[in-house]
Amino acid sequence: MSRLQVVSGKGGTGKTTVAAALALALATEGKRTLLVEVEGRQGIAQLFETEALPYEERKIAVAPGGGEVYALAIDPELALLDYLQMFYKMGGAGRALKKLGAIDFATTIAPGLRDVLLTGKACEAVRRKDKRGRFVYDYVVMDAPPTGRITRFLNVNDEVAGLAKIGPIHNQAQAVMRVIKSPETEVHLVTLLEEMPVQETADGIGELRAAKLPVGRVIVNMVRPAVLDEAHLELAQSVPRTALAKTLSSAGLGGARRGGLAERLVDPLLEQAEEYAERYALERDQHAVLAELGLPLHELPLLAEGMDLAGLYQLATELRKQGIS
Amino acid sequence: MTLDAVRTLDVDPLLDDPETRIVVCCGSGGVGKTTTAAALGLRAAERGRKVVVLTIDPARRLAQSMGIDSLDNTPRRVKGIDESAGGELHAMMLDMKRTFDEIVEAHANGDRARQILENPFYQSLSAGFAGTQEYMAMEKLGQLRSRDQWDLIVVDTPPSRSALDFLDAPKRLGSFLDGKLIRVLMAPAKMGGRAGMKFLNVGMSMMTGALGKLLGGQLLQDVQTFVAAMDTMFGGFRTRADATYRLLQAPGTAFLVVAAPERDALREAAYFVERLAAEDMPLAGLVLNRVHGSGAARLSAERALAAAEMLEAENLEDSRIVDQEGGKAGVRNSPETPADSAKSPESQGGSHNPGSAAAGSDTPEEGSPASDRTDGTDQSAEQPAEQLTTLTAGLLRLHAERMQLLSREQRTRDRFTALHPEVPVTEVAALPGDVHDIAGLRAIGDRLAAGD
Repeated sequence: MSRLQVVSGKGGTGKTTVAAALALALATEGKRTLLVEVEGRQGIAQLFETEALPYEERKIAVAPGGGEVYALAIDPELALLDYLQMFYKMGGAGRALKKLGAIDFATTIAPGLRDVLLTGKACEAVRRKDKRGRFVYDYVVMDAPPTGRITRFLNVNDEVAGLAKIGPIHNQAQAVMRVIKSPETEVHLVTLLEEMPVQETADGIGELRAAKLPVGRVIVNMVRPAVLDEAHLELAQSVPRTALAKTLSSAGLGGARRGGLAERLVDPLLEQAEEYAERYALERDQHAVLAELGLPLHELPLLAEGMDLAGLYQLATELRKQGIS
Repeated sequence: MTLDAVRTLDVDPLLDDPETRIVVCCGSGGVGKTTTAAALGLRAAERGRKVVVLTIDPARRLAQSMGIDSLDNTPRRVKGIDESAGGELHAMMLDMKRTFDEIVEAHANGDRARQILENPFYQSLSAGFAGTQEYMAMEKLGQLRSRDQWDLIVVDTPPSRSALDFLDAPKRLGSFLDGKLIRVLMAPAKMGGRAGMKFLNVGMSMMTGALGKLLGGQLLQDVQTFVAAMDTMFGGFRTRADATYRLLQAPGTAFLVVAAPERDALREAAYFVERLAAEDMPLAGLVLNRVHGSGAARLSAERALAAAEMLEAENLEDSRIVDQEGGKAGVRNSPETPADSAKSPESQGGSHNPGSAAAGSDTPEEGSPASDRTDGTDQSAEQPAEQLTTLTAGLLRLHAERMQLLSREQRTRDRFTALHPEVPVTEVAALPGDVHDIAGLRAIGDRLAAGD
């Protein structure tokens, strides 16, 4: 299992949730993982039901078996000042640059610098060792930008290395690329069984492969339980309404006669079955598209009660069961 | 339903009002912003307005159906719409690099334009690094508006990392262009023929030194040449950015926040509402997409589940009897060994797919269950009866799932309306599949206008 796990996905597919569940799953049994957020949305804090994360590695959860999950929300501005101090002993210059608006420029307008800082910080955490020469984190899981931007985001260092042909930025960018393009990194894509996210996943994989970035797994999120199989969906189209009404009535749901409570349930229930059948067919098609991608496929269930901390642990267990860690 | 107390957003009066010139759809990723923008545009056009829809990143099939899948950065007239009310629909997909290039070409003369377009720093900047899309969307909106060719412009916003990057874009650009940094960057490049040294005080030369150390000499030079070449255009950028910002605040603009009834999406929506208010941007309301309903809402999830379990229990009883009879008389031609069938009732836990038992037995070897069902002979009456019970149980479980979804959606919606009771809401009922043609957009438009 690679030590840098990058999780991307189309907006709305739950990539933050999957990244958090993955961090928990990988921490199980005494491991330590760092969960990194790069988009300043504080999604991790909300998931773990804690206050907003500062720019500081902080323990946010204990995994089953004594493992630990740390979290870090990378702030590009602070990361830049960090760098200036760490590598060039330019703390003073950093402050002056900030006053000039150069830091703001660098982190919001200057091409790619922001992304360089974000990926750079994550790679630094991957490589960091303690005094005894062991890695501080067994795994670093990154809640990355969405599929549409992921290749550019990860590849930005290549571009920057080309743009800044010499100098510290060039060296830094190259060092980051060495980690990201190595087997030390895996990029996972989260999707739903819907047409647009699946299309975007297929496109994203194509782009990642073209950029020679290591593609990991496809994780299908919010999979709804199969309630009716094909045989029953077919039966639902031909079943006599009166028979259905009688069965509903026998289950204590009111009268089966015309206008009775059970009888009045028949139409809406069959209508819902029809919608289900339509969705079922769509999902089956999308599943086939995903299967053709030739990547390991994982499925996480839709949680009926909505997403909360308990649900997160449930998803982590599910990921372990499916052998992701 | 608490929603009765909430103000409803009337889409049609908004679209019909000749005073409405710009509609901006914003919201987090994956909530159906692009589809909503396209559906609103189509509806306004079919109600008689001359509309252009500016989309950022439409789904391929939707773009194809609107005829805007080729990126040429100019609006195309959409075919296949009802123009009997005198309206027209045009649509375009934003090409940010092209938009940026066009600005350069329009505002710099030949040589200088080429100098900029060939600058490596410019090429990276325009190819879509963080933020460029937002600037260019605003730029394009300004262009479309100033052409004054359309009654109504509907804008889709980029799926920004932070919700309102596109609102910050003009200001950011402005503060950068006015800032000292520009002067620092431009100082050495300007030094050449002018008496630059006088302006370049010690502090500044120290700064360029630091920048050079950080960026590498050659990149700094690229940046400097870029900035120097863009110098004449900066004023224009700033003016246009300011104008677009004011345009967004003007009464002719209506912001629609788009969301889905999910926790994260509605949290983002609340943030949008607050930011828009802080920026004095006119918010028309919230479009809540993909809301589920049920024709049998009076049957609660709990009752439906209880009834389903009851039916499944009956089935188990029956199948046990059938199995026992089968063991004796050999009526049931099952491939299962008696030991297996004795085990199966225990293995069928509550969460087990209720369909699987019946599906397994519905095999051709078992005679012809289909014909049994139609001719109604009661020789194997148990078989269709069992299928009917599992089907009914399945329908009830499906309904329970729907009701749970409904109440989850209701809870998240209530949280939003409690925070922002002043925001009018329109709900769009969920469609089972994706929308990728004009008919689908029209259906969404109907649902938008119906409000439920």
